[in-house]
Amino acid sequence: MKTQTVIALKFLLVMTILCGIVYPLLMTGVAQLSFPSKANGSLIKKDGKIIGSELIGQKFDSTIYFWSRPSAIGYNPIPSGASNYGPTSDTLRKLVEARRQLFAKMNSIENVLSIPKEMIFTSGSGLDPHISPEAALMQVGRISLARHFDKNQQEKLLEKVKEMTEAPQFLFLGEQRINVLLLNFALDKM
Amino acid sequence: MNEAIQLILFLGLLAVLSPLLGKFMAKVFMGEKHMMKPVLGWLEKLVYRLSGIKSVEEMNWKTYLYAVLLFNLFGFVFLFVLQMLQSYLPLNTEKLPNVSWHLSFNTAMSFTTNTNWQSYSGENTLSYLVQMLGLTVQNFVSAATGIAVVLALIRGLTRKTTDALGNFWTDMTRGVLYVLLPLSILLTIALVSQGAVQTFSHYVKATTLQGPEQVIPLGPAASQIAIKQLGTNGGGFFNANSAHPFENPTPFSNFLELFSIIIISAGLVFTFGHYMKSKRQARAIFITMFALFALGLAISLWAEYGHNNMLNVSGSMEGKEARFGVMNSVLWSVTTTVTSNGSVNAMHDSLSPISGMIAMFNLMLGEIIFGGVGSGLYGIIIFIILTVFIAGLMVGRTPEYLGKKIEAFEMKMTILAVLAPAIVIKIFSAIACSVPAGLSSLNNAGPHGLSEILYAFSSAAGNNGSAFGGLNANTVFYNLMIGFGMLIGRFGIIVPVMAIAGSMAEKKITPVSSGTFRTDNWLFVMLLIGVILIVGGLTFFPALALGPIVEHFLMNLGIGF
Repeated sequence: MKTQTVIALKFLLVMTILCGIVYPLLMTGVAQLSFPSKANGSLIKKDGKIIGSELIGQKFDSTIYFWSRPSAIGYNPIPSGASNYGPTSDTLRKLVEARRQLFAKMNSIENVLSIPKEMIFTSGSGLDPHISPEAALMQVGRISLARHFDKNQQEKLLEKVKEMTEAPQFLFLGEQRINVLLLNFALDKM
Repeated sequence: MNEAIQLILFLGLLAVLSPLLGKFMAKVFMGEKHMMKPVLGWLEKLVYRLSGIKSVEEMNWKTYLYAVLLFNLFGFVFLFVLQMLQSYLPLNTEKLPNVSWHLSFNTAMSFTTNTNWQSYSGENTLSYLVQMLGLTVQNFVSAATGIAVVLALIRGLTRKTTDALGNFWTDMTRGVLYVLLPLSILLTIALVSQGAVQTFSHYVKATTLQGPEQVIPLGPAASQIAIKQLGTNGGGFFNANSAHPFENPTPFSNFLELFSIIIISAGLVFTFGHYMKSKRQARAIFITMFALFALGLAISLWAEYGHNNMLNVSGSMEGKEARFGVMNSVLWSVTTTVTSNGSVNAMHDSLSPISGMIAMFNLMLGEIIFGGVGSGLYGIIIFIILTVFIAGLMVGRTPEYLGKKIEAFEMKMTILAVLAPAIVIKIFSAIACSVPAGLSSLNNAGPHGLSEILYAFSSAAGNNGSAFGGLNANTVFYNLMIGFGMLIGRFGIIVPVMAIAGSMAEKKITPVSSGTFRTDNWLFVMLLIGVILIVGGLTFFPALALGPIVEHFLMNLGIGF
């Protein structure tokens, strides 16, 4: 029994070194060499300043931008999280109704039930970087008005949304989506 | 259409690849030649030498169990102390304070028992050092512990008149070196290629397009996520777990992680087949698990795509990510709860009542539908013994499994292992429902509040770790209750399982004859499914009726809380 005690201690130490130090260090080395940008958070820079990560959503609620999804944490990633409202929550019902009304009003939509679901519900991480292309298209009119775009520019914006829409990965995995930060970044450049 | 392709691909790959992995693992644990031996054989010898392990020396069940318990105890103490001292230690880039004693207790228990319940939120609680030295290490060794225990049980069932059940340290070493580590390395690289972070840099401050500053957390996440999925651990690097874009950036990373959750547990069924020298026996177990999995999945998909009259929407997106959509969220919720993984890519608290119930019911069955690596297989073997016993009673014949007589001692141990988690779920939930400290943590009112409590203790007892996350579990009350729940759920089963292994090993093997009750045909599969559902159903139906089932009807009537 005493030998087992000694082995248990030594074995824990060996495993801690192997799985807790060697393995993560080795993986960090490989990751930094083969995918440096991704391993460091897919950061986006503008004029040398970091404006965010391609993968981490940001809060967009201004009329001149495409809106991102509502978020339970207001897109503050420390810590990430969701609303965790259940399916019979009255609070959730009120929030959803208010979001429907606001989105419909701002984007001149008549049928509130046609609003894509991701625009009225918060995401799991609170940092969802995507919305559906439908949700983006619905916002083009409002943005064009706010930015005083002419017909030509509005056409270009519609084109931009279509161009930046990501198909399901390998054509069948996951959903069709569009990255809101990248889209707004491109919008600012127009 | 895409939904169907993804579903079929997932289930198809599971059925095709698990026998292959099972065969590989059989070679590894039987000490035969295999493809990883030339690559890592030197490391295996080095681990033996450094730790003083005599790898061929076999143990009886008491020594084996002693080694299991002792090693887990040391792992627990180390992780507990590490968290309480993190502010004095290096690699604490964000200057996080020491973790409170009760949260340290809960997290240490959570990771040593392979539960990986998250009372902590990684990005603002734990330093990089704790994530690596503490959580990542326990992710590996708690998974290997599960494999080691089931190997001892398998040897007990397939050897005769002996007390030798193998060497715990050898099983651990081989499990980590040849199975968990190589797969984790491959998965880490794949995840980083999709955008999972793997760095030691400080958190980054960004100036967002609209103006306000955003702090972006980083860390050596991918290496931990890989083993968190493969080892059915499930504790996230970040609070939002696999819903977080840095843990699970794309639909492809989602598919890989999802598959990693289930493949080792499924493979081990076929490893058992190699030990029994019977593919049919293994196939019967696999089909049982697969059928229960598919049944739960079908119900859950139906419920989640159904209409919510409260919110006037079908297929709610609350708590779900746009890149995954409804189908991938439901598939994950079922996969992570049948295995004892517990990572989430959508919030279970916001699932429709019946989908939430399926997730909960999977936990309540004791994590035996594939289950945790190792623990799922020894869990279902317990149910097989129970089924054989009941069938024996019905026809008045001495129950046997694999030619071994099942007698009073084995049955006592079996019942102990079946009851331990059930007691935790029902009694601990009842306590939480009747004291203010239990009720003040709720995030939802009405029947959904009961579901939050019930889910928490089902998750603890099943060593799953997923949650109805609205429940504020980082309180002294819940950290302690859930901590002890996880302890009983893990070792309340491991101890009787090891006792069964020891007593079975000493028995003779009766040769198969025309009078043998067969455990490898359709009749037995049906019986086993029946016993699992009846035991689970009878034990938990009343509680489920008061929670998710009544909520489902209220939702249909449009009544909220």
